[in-house]
Amino acid sequence: MAKKVKSSFINMVLTLTIITVLASLALGSIYNLTLEPIAAAKKAARERAIKLVLPSFDSLNSLMVKIPVDPSLAEQGNGDQDSLEFHRAFENGKCIGIAVSTFSNQAYDPTQIQIMVGFLPDGVIDSTVVTQQKETPGLGTKMTGAKFNGQFAGKNPATFKLFVTKDGGQVDAITASTISSRAVCDALRRAYRTFESFEKEGGTE
Amino acid sequence: MNQWKNFTKGFIKENAVFVLLLGLCPTLAVTSSAINGLGMGLATTFVLVASNMVVTSVKSFIPDKVRIPSFIVIIASFVTIVELVMQAYTPALFDTLGIFIPLIVVNCLVLGRAEGFASKQSFLSSMIDGLGMGLGFTFALTLLGSVREMLGNGSIFDVKFATGDAILIFILQPGAFIVLGYLIALINKLRKTT
Repeated sequence: MAKKVKSSFINMVLTLTIITVLASLALGSIYNLTLEPIAAAKKAARERAIKLVLPSFDSLNSLMVKIPVDPSLAEQGNGDQDSLEFHRAFENGKCIGIAVSTFSNQAYDPTQIQIMVGFLPDGVIDSTVVTQQKETPGLGTKMTGAKFNGQFAGKNPATFKLFVTKDGGQVDAITASTISSRAVCDALRRAYRTFESFEKEGGTE
Repeated sequence: MNQWKNFTKGFIKENAVFVLLLGLCPTLAVTSSAINGLGMGLATTFVLVASNMVVTSVKSFIPDKVRIPSFIVIIASFVTIVELVMQAYTPALFDTLGIFIPLIVVNCLVLGRAEGFASKQSFLSSMIDGLGMGLGFTFALTLLGSVREMLGNGSIFDVKFATGDAILIFILQPGAFIVLGYLIALINKLRKTT
């Protein structure tokens, strides 16, 4: 075996410096190489979600919309976010719907759940898709399934109460996952409230 | 050293999970399905092979007293590379494995092989050791994930074979301990008879 380098102070400092500098160089270059693919993957995932929740469209226009302040709710659960991302979809220059990226901080797992919900111009939910959740496998994760999500399609939150039946609403909760179901309702209500206030200002024109 | 023996020892004889009981935190946490186990195993294998190769090449330049910090920096670099590459090219897998990827850094198996094997052996032996141990780890995680997914979800690799509800507890945390316990017993029985 080759002769070992002695553990003198200068040797140790030099070795660690060289190793960390080389490691940073390697990481820096990998970061630069993967920067674009990562951004592309995120964009693709977002566009896939938008396509799922809206009828077909040919162009998109994204903007941030402030969540309206509702004193009766005391704005609980918004965390440090005060606006939602709206994606207006156009077909032949006409707005055919808005995909809203909404969230709830009240899920069973502390991780925020994120939902993409598509509203038609008249406020009817076209469909919804959960884009981020870390709920209990086999229980809360059913929120991504068609059985739970399907019940929102074609409903207008103006007449369809977005609360689970236990809380006096019309949403059938997932068995044994009331908290997760409530979080989904919370996210959808937030989206609809924001959508409504956006509408009032003539958003779908 | 017989390289074939060196390669195969990681599967049964010195299997990281079933025999050495190393790296149990990711083992128990991510194996709720077969595909998660496989993904985590392969990511760990890559880190293990790469760090073993680098550690064995630089071992004679590293003073003894700073060898552990040096190894950790090398391992952490490879883990970050895996994380970035997975995020870029397999975003779906990255979403499910999530926080467990950075945790490969503190997986005792990786540091254990660097310190206990690669820092003493030749380049070729270290590479083969990393590959064998890593694939043995992958095998263990996939087996554990498959059993849990079959019992807990009635499917394997996301292919449903049973309808209706399954025994949910197997994909929750206690199920990981129960299945691991039985698998260790089974492997011990196999090792005794061969």
